[in-house]
Amino acid sequence: MNPANYLYLSALLFTIGASGVLIRRNAIVVFMCVELMLNACNLAFVTFSRLHGNLDGQVIAFFTMVVAAAEVVVGLAIIVSIFRSRHSASVDDANLMKL
Amino acid sequence: MTPTLSLAAGTLAATTRTSTGEAVQFWVLGTVAVLGALGTVLLKKSVHSALSLAGTMIVLAVFYLAQGAYFLGVVQIVVYTGAIMMLFLFVVMLVGITAADSLKETLKGQRWMAAVCGLGFGVLLIAGIGNASLDSFAGAGQANAGTGGNVQGLAKLVFTDYVWAFEITGALLITAAIGAMVLTHRERTEERSTQRELSEARVRAGLQVTPLPAPGTYARHNAVDIPALLPDGTPADLSVSSTLRDRGQVRDVSRDAMRRLAALDQASGEWLERKGLGPVRSDDPAADPARTEEGAK
Repeated sequence: MNPANYLYLSALLFTIGASGVLIRRNAIVVFMCVELMLNACNLAFVTFSRLHGNLDGQVIAFFTMVVAAAEVVVGLAIIVSIFRSRHSASVDDANLMKL
Repeated sequence: MTPTLSLAAGTLAATTRTSTGEAVQFWVLGTVAVLGALGTVLLKKSVHSALSLAGTMIVLAVFYLAQGAYFLGVVQIVVYTGAIMMLFLFVVMLVGITAADSLKETLKGQRWMAAVCGLGFGVLLIAGIGNASLDSFAGAGQANAGTGGNVQGLAKLVFTDYVWAFEITGALLITAAIGAMVLTHRERTEERSTQRELSEARVRAGLQVTPLPAPGTYARHNAVDIPALLPDGTPADLSVSSTLRDRGQVRDVSRDAMRRLAALDQASGEWLERKGLGPVRSDDPAADPARTEEGAK
């Protein structure tokens, strides 16, 4: 097996995540699909690190994980505060900036 | 991959193929990863989506380990499946499991357009990878061995070449923590009312001055979903939490107690008769049929 197959898998996962972001209406599920896309990118980074034989790709993947953790914290806080004021987690209902 | 090609590449330092074990692992677990990703997008309930995504993330952790990224594999399990997915599940529980997607389309045909766009994007991406020349690779062993191990190599890079990004990461994490606190904190706009004020308001409203009755019946049940019984035997609705009342989860045991009493009376009566002692109480034959009839109703 050629390790490039990992890249194909990564592209597939990224595509599925991107389609999910476009298709789903529930803000939490949209957020999960964003996480899936980030994970697919990480897999590509790790695979490229292996292809090139240096560790820079893994360092970038590590930073991606840190940014993803921070993003999840803030994003879920926003979802919870929107749900408190509107009693809905649908992205269609949140069409105003003010609460 | 033809054998001649791999033979020719074998003379070089770089290799072109992974081991058969890794290939088998890739095809088995890759299928699981794609199924999990599809489940994340297609399953209706957000809890199921979250669990599918957790499965995909664990598979990705195994892939990291297989490719020699030992540190990232462990971090993937600890941070992603351990912390982030549990945070997701926590918010799903907070927002409500039943908050399913509305199937009403606000834009006509938007789902199909999105699916077609995703498909086209995937074809472009995969065709791009297919055109790249990826015949040989250096392997992770070389990278890990150069600095005395995977973790040591990563640490060296993080604290030398990427030290600026690492410091910025600290600022990012603090900002995220403060942001989450600010977003979910609710400011109390008025003073908390005291017990005296609350009781005065209750008397002024005149609805329920006394404390609410406690649930439970005759000290036999202390479950919160069993209402207390009023003197005439009817259940007191106020003794059960309004949430349970709205859900219709109130258990009525007023009949149950009478039925059990009647059965007990009958059984004891039969037992006493069998012993040949006769009816102990003179009013038993009159009272028993009435009780059993009531219990049967």
